[in-house]
Amino acid sequence: MNGKLVQSIREAIALSGLKSGMSISFHHHLRNGDYTLNRVMNEIAAMGIRELTLNASSIFDTHAPLEEHIRNHVVTKINTNYMSAALGHRISEGLMDAPVDFRTHGGRPRDIALGNTPIDVAFIAAPTADCAGNCSGKYGPSACGSLGYAFPDAMYAKKVIVITDNLVPYPMKGWSIPEIYVDYVVEVDAIGNPAGIVSGTTRITRDPVGLIMAETAVKVIQHSGLLQDGFSFQTGAGGASLAAASFLKDVMLRDGIRGSFASGGITGYLVDMLSAGCFESLMDVQCFDLKAVESIRTNPAHQEISAMQYASPAAASAVVDKLDVVILGATEVDTDFNVNVHTDSSGMIMGGSGGHSDTAAGAKLAMIIAPLFRARLPIVTDHVSCISTPGRDIDVLVTQRGVAVNPKNQELMLRLKDAGLPVIPIDELKTMAECITGKPNKPVRSGRTVANVIYRDGTLMDTIQSV
Amino acid sequence: MRRSMLFLPGNTPNIIQNAEILGADAVILDLEDAVAPTEKDSARILVRNAMRYMGFGRCEVIVRINSIDTDFWRKDLDAIIPQRPSLIMPPKTATAEDVKTVDAYISELEEKLGMEKNAVGLIPLIETALGVENAFKIASASKRVKAIFLGGEDLTADLHCKRTKEGNEISYARARMVCAARAAGVEVYDTPFTDVNDDEGIYTDAEYAKSLGFTGKSAISPRHVKAINEVFSPSMKDIDYAYEVMEAIRIGKEQGKGAVALRGKMIDAPIVARAQQTIEMAVELGLGREA
Repeated sequence: MNGKLVQSIREAIALSGLKSGMSISFHHHLRNGDYTLNRVMNEIAAMGIRELTLNASSIFDTHAPLEEHIRNHVVTKINTNYMSAALGHRISEGLMDAPVDFRTHGGRPRDIALGNTPIDVAFIAAPTADCAGNCSGKYGPSACGSLGYAFPDAMYAKKVIVITDNLVPYPMKGWSIPEIYVDYVVEVDAIGNPAGIVSGTTRITRDPVGLIMAETAVKVIQHSGLLQDGFSFQTGAGGASLAAASFLKDVMLRDGIRGSFASGGITGYLVDMLSAGCFESLMDVQCFDLKAVESIRTNPAHQEISAMQYASPAAASAVVDKLDVVILGATEVDTDFNVNVHTDSSGMIMGGSGGHSDTAAGAKLAMIIAPLFRARLPIVTDHVSCISTPGRDIDVLVTQRGVAVNPKNQELMLRLKDAGLPVIPIDELKTMAECITGKPNKPVRSGRTVANVIYRDGTLMDTIQSV
Repeated sequence: MRRSMLFLPGNTPNIIQNAEILGADAVILDLEDAVAPTEKDSARILVRNAMRYMGFGRCEVIVRINSIDTDFWRKDLDAIIPQRPSLIMPPKTATAEDVKTVDAYISELEEKLGMEKNAVGLIPLIETALGVENAFKIASASKRVKAIFLGGEDLTADLHCKRTKEGNEISYARARMVCAARAAGVEVYDTPFTDVNDDEGIYTDAEYAKSLGFTGKSAISPRHVKAINEVFSPSMKDIDYAYEVMEAIRIGKEQGKGAVALRGKMIDAPIVARAQQTIEMAVELGLGREA
């Protein structure tokens, strides 16, 4: 039918014209179950190609073998939105000469579309594809649901290679990314380990402190004035965030509130809310569990969206700008409400913004849920180790011992006080935490920049120093 | 007011530092069964320091020490008494002598520390067949005893029977404990409901305990605290009735009546006492009003 279907990853790489010094990209929908990035990198290294820029929407612990490719100068630059601790700690220790550029889930497609981070060859791991490259994440043994983050790669890379372990006859039904963008297709035995791609179920926390914070978070939403028909909502897959979604569902059903949509990474809890009539639609850029995958496959109201539609500031419009409420996490929050999600309290890289900054900027109410302390470390500090999301975009911090409202949002402050919620100035929360934990010493930094934190509009938000 | 008492392992700083927000009226910081023998010293130091440096807000602090047949209990008291706990819970209390042994050592410490006499109370944990049979003697063994506490798990082992959710095997012990405590004029608290995943069962178990006359109930999971508090709180109907009783008494006194009736029933001293207790709890819970 066409010359797109090739025999091996190596053949596809050779045909793509990939050479030393070029840029390659990967999406992260296979999460910690992904085999594809490592397999492709091993082939590239074996072919003697070096000094590549790696543009991966996220890097998980399963991608730890990248360390070897960095040491061997196969990869000399990384652009990503999230990096978990396995590689993050090595980066913090000064593994790379060039700093990692962290972007957001909206900033990445923006910079790809604007040509700021051009991609020479995009590798798209596709749970199902046909020989022309029509592909989807909804079907097949490695189904991951949405392929939202792969869309800008498919649309803007000079060459696009689809790698699948479920090749179906042309034309596949229900494709997400169409053949028009795809240059080569490779069939492999497995693109990932289903157990690591999505969890069987995501569970709400059983931690009593998490549950207390979730209950408070829902009270904040209730009294924010935003919880009414047409309500839109996003929350993460963390235990307390899921608990908040679960409690919110009860409130919406009790009060007969019919929301418009929930967005972002989708879990079974949001699917349950859709099924129960809490929302008209789910806008899904990434599925977190099997229930979400099943739902996006079978329910037309559960819609796949691209990273651009999700959050790009360069798009004509984006979902995040229509959000009423987003619930987000933090490793640290400072008294100016700046939030760190890139490093731990020791300054070691163990995360990234993902959609944090995008949703915080877009939502009418951006809420952080975080315990006042983790182990013996206070979470509310004078200055965060790294500014991931600026305090100007955060409205409220919910902890187990009180709620701090950003003074910029006086209306919310009054509403919550009137409702009898435990509103406490953020400085007092910090003092409260330090009374219990003491004031920890700040980690010693070398002064060498190992990562840049680039805000969604392309400006430099902060830098991360080696530890 | 002690509707709920939550056991917290003494060697878990993450949990202890959040003790006051878990909703329990009292926390029992445990140095005994929750702590392995190799961890006894670290738990003791942690609990001592938590009491010394942390606020527990409105939450009352009780410390369960190790039993008097171990080498640990004196060291536990050496560390804890200076922190002025509200109550000490000596476990496996089987006789009045057991209480007196602990009482004497606490008195020694109080004197040494220049503390007010009998500042620290006792809530003996009764968890053996002998302890149940001696419940009244235990409850009246010392002025320090403010309450007695039933431990169902160890008791069933001692009774050679299986602990069940229904709790038929401890029904005699429960009734006996309540009777002994009331006879001695102290409070009485029920054993925890141990299935932490059963959110319905805790209500049934707590309601049963309340119906027998227990003052409150303990929990080993924060998940059970809300249910216990709900069950052991007076209902609005109870509160309304209590205010009606007190109003009827007031009017009766004004009119110089010796006997007062409300809704066709005589109001006697126990009814008034219960009404007063209900109003006190209502006030503590913010449900009180002008009489």
